[in-house]
Amino acid sequence: MIKTERPSPKGKRVSLFVTCLVDMLHPDTGLSVVAVLEHLGVAVDFPAGQTCCGQPAFNAGYRREARQVARHFVETFRQAEVIVTPSGSCAAMVRHEYPRLFANDAALQAEAEQLATITWEFTEFIVDGLGISDLQARLPQPQTAVCHHACHGLRLLNLKEAAETLLTNTENLSLQSWDNSEICCGFGGLFSVKMADVSEAMLHKKLAHIADSGAGCVVTGDISCLMHMNGGLEKQGKRPCVRHIADLLADGIRGQS
Amino acid sequence: MKVQSNQFIPAARIAIQDIDLQTAVSQGTSTAFAKRQAGMFAHGHEHGQTLRQQAAAIKRHALNHLPDLLEQAEANMQANGIRVLWAVDAAEANRYVLDIARRHAVDAVVKAKSMVTEETGLNQALEAAGIDVLETDLGEYIVQLGGETPSHIVAPIVHKTKAGIRDLLIEKANMPPTDDVNEMTDFARETLRQRFLTADMGVSGGNFIVAETGAIGLVSNEGNIRLVTSLPRVHVALVGIEKIVPTVADYALLTQVLPRSATGQALTVYTHMVNGPRQPGENDGPEHVYVIMVDNGRSQIYNTDYCEALACIRCGACLNGCPIYQVAGGHAYGWVYSGPIGAVITPLLTGLENATPLPHASTLCGMCKEVCPVDIDIPRMLLDLRHELVQQGQSDTVWNVGMRAWAFGNRSPGRFGLGSKLAAKLSRWLKPKSLPGPLRGWTQARSAPRFAPKSFHQLWQEREKGGDNEQS
Repeated sequence: MIKTERPSPKGKRVSLFVTCLVDMLHPDTGLSVVAVLEHLGVAVDFPAGQTCCGQPAFNAGYRREARQVARHFVETFRQAEVIVTPSGSCAAMVRHEYPRLFANDAALQAEAEQLATITWEFTEFIVDGLGISDLQARLPQPQTAVCHHACHGLRLLNLKEAAETLLTNTENLSLQSWDNSEICCGFGGLFSVKMADVSEAMLHKKLAHIADSGAGCVVTGDISCLMHMNGGLEKQGKRPCVRHIADLLADGIRGQS
Repeated sequence: MKVQSNQFIPAARIAIQDIDLQTAVSQGTSTAFAKRQAGMFAHGHEHGQTLRQQAAAIKRHALNHLPDLLEQAEANMQANGIRVLWAVDAAEANRYVLDIARRHAVDAVVKAKSMVTEETGLNQALEAAGIDVLETDLGEYIVQLGGETPSHIVAPIVHKTKAGIRDLLIEKANMPPTDDVNEMTDFARETLRQRFLTADMGVSGGNFIVAETGAIGLVSNEGNIRLVTSLPRVHVALVGIEKIVPTVADYALLTQVLPRSATGQALTVYTHMVNGPRQPGENDGPEHVYVIMVDNGRSQIYNTDYCEALACIRCGACLNGCPIYQVAGGHAYGWVYSGPIGAVITPLLTGLENATPLPHASTLCGMCKEVCPVDIDIPRMLLDLRHELVQQGQSDTVWNVGMRAWAFGNRSPGRFGLGSKLAAKLSRWLKPKSLPGPLRGWTQARSAPRFAPKSFHQLWQEREKGGDNEQS
């Protein structure tokens, strides 16, 4: 995968796009993102008008509705110097799909293309954007982990390396290799309800692999996969062991300080 | 073949509950996938990716020049003594085969594996005309014995266990009972061998047609294709019009990529170039060779944004890698082609209204594109098909209304905040065990999402008010 040249985000103010799921379901993960970024000396603001990137509608084929929400996103983040988001999926939506979504509106398309160049997923912002591969993080307790590389981040943004770099350099964390780390968990947005049986069968395979891995936790970069896998584990009466990478890294920073 | 793709959801449900099918498909696909990874990257990651890029470029170049290449191929095939026929649809293709059979007084046909003939339903047409037809690919032979259809482009019986195959061979072909795979294969070989010798006509597909030489390119591992294309008096090849490649060099590259991608082999056991009928002075080969170029909906895709779907070389890698195919199996897709590429070309070739669930049979995980030897952007096409479903009014009202409401809420920060607070309150008061309406599928296998008491919006607002005392 070719990474296109993008303006360096170093020294710039970061506008956090927290994502709708983190906002409503896991706001602590948003605080973790802020904690890590501020630990690195990055100034963070939070454009209060933000809602969702529009992906649910886009993936379901509702482009008019997706465009309405995407337009709102563009208007909200118009002034941003750099946008950072704790989701590979939402970052991919902005970077890959917005320019296509606004194909019939030259002005918006130009703006979307510009936004695409300043939008970063959380881990790639740190590693590729700031050039930091070691957060000097140390977990309070020794832990074993495997990575679930969420599909959009993995295949559309090539995020695997950034996440693994940060985790490998976290003290007290033993990152195990896992042959299941690039296999979809079966979420797929509305797929999980439209094709509930297929999604469930995929989820159960994933959960069996998690159990087989023997790892203390599964680290992922997307709250959607996390909700899906943890929801499945809870339903089975098991411990929800999937954690967002920002939360783990924030633990490491707190453990270190 | 009849299209039953609108039954994807119930058919997948049945497949998921079929333990034999789950065992067989899971094992078959994971083995093939692992072999593909090993074979494609046997000489390193870069080598494998370069092969893919070259293959993708060849097929796109061929598609860009398809009309000219088709004419060139026709002229060169004719110069080789091959008779070329053009079939607009399945019925015309079958009619041509029957005409040829009648002209040459054919009673018995042996067939090599061909997905195009599955499209046209050729076997049924031949049988209806009183002509005996036998599939000679081992998997297809078992499919035929069981009265089934292939469930995979490359591995037609990937859905069957060894025990299932054994029982079928005993029941339908009078095989002496055995559990030994080699003995089963030997039995099938013996049975088939007799029929090769007595058949009047061989029917094959075609992996490639080389435009510059007019040769039919075929790959196989079982040797049956060599017999089908050389022993009987007449050879008929049915080939999709998108199978043209410009040069022998292009063919040479693609014959390396196709097996690597399908089975992990650097080259198949047999790699054929059929150049036409027996020439004067030659000892073997058919007296007559016909190529039927089959359109059957392909030209309707050609001038659309879906054209790159025609680059597919039918390796099956996207099926093997697809987590949906792995649990749903191939038959759930309801037509000839299954898996991610089937989810794209079934609606395109048979009509979107006949395959409305298929564009949604994907999490858009992107594995199909990652493993595709010609880099077809299947997720992009699935998204476009979903959009078409909505535009054509083929989506459920509940989602139409829901999406409109969702967009209404999400394009205003005020409404978004209100909705977020309401959801948090409802979530806390009701503590739902299951979600309502179209969302209930979620709680079938997952706990209901719990909204946080305070959204990030609220937490941030409090932080801003209280001064920046967040730990840093």
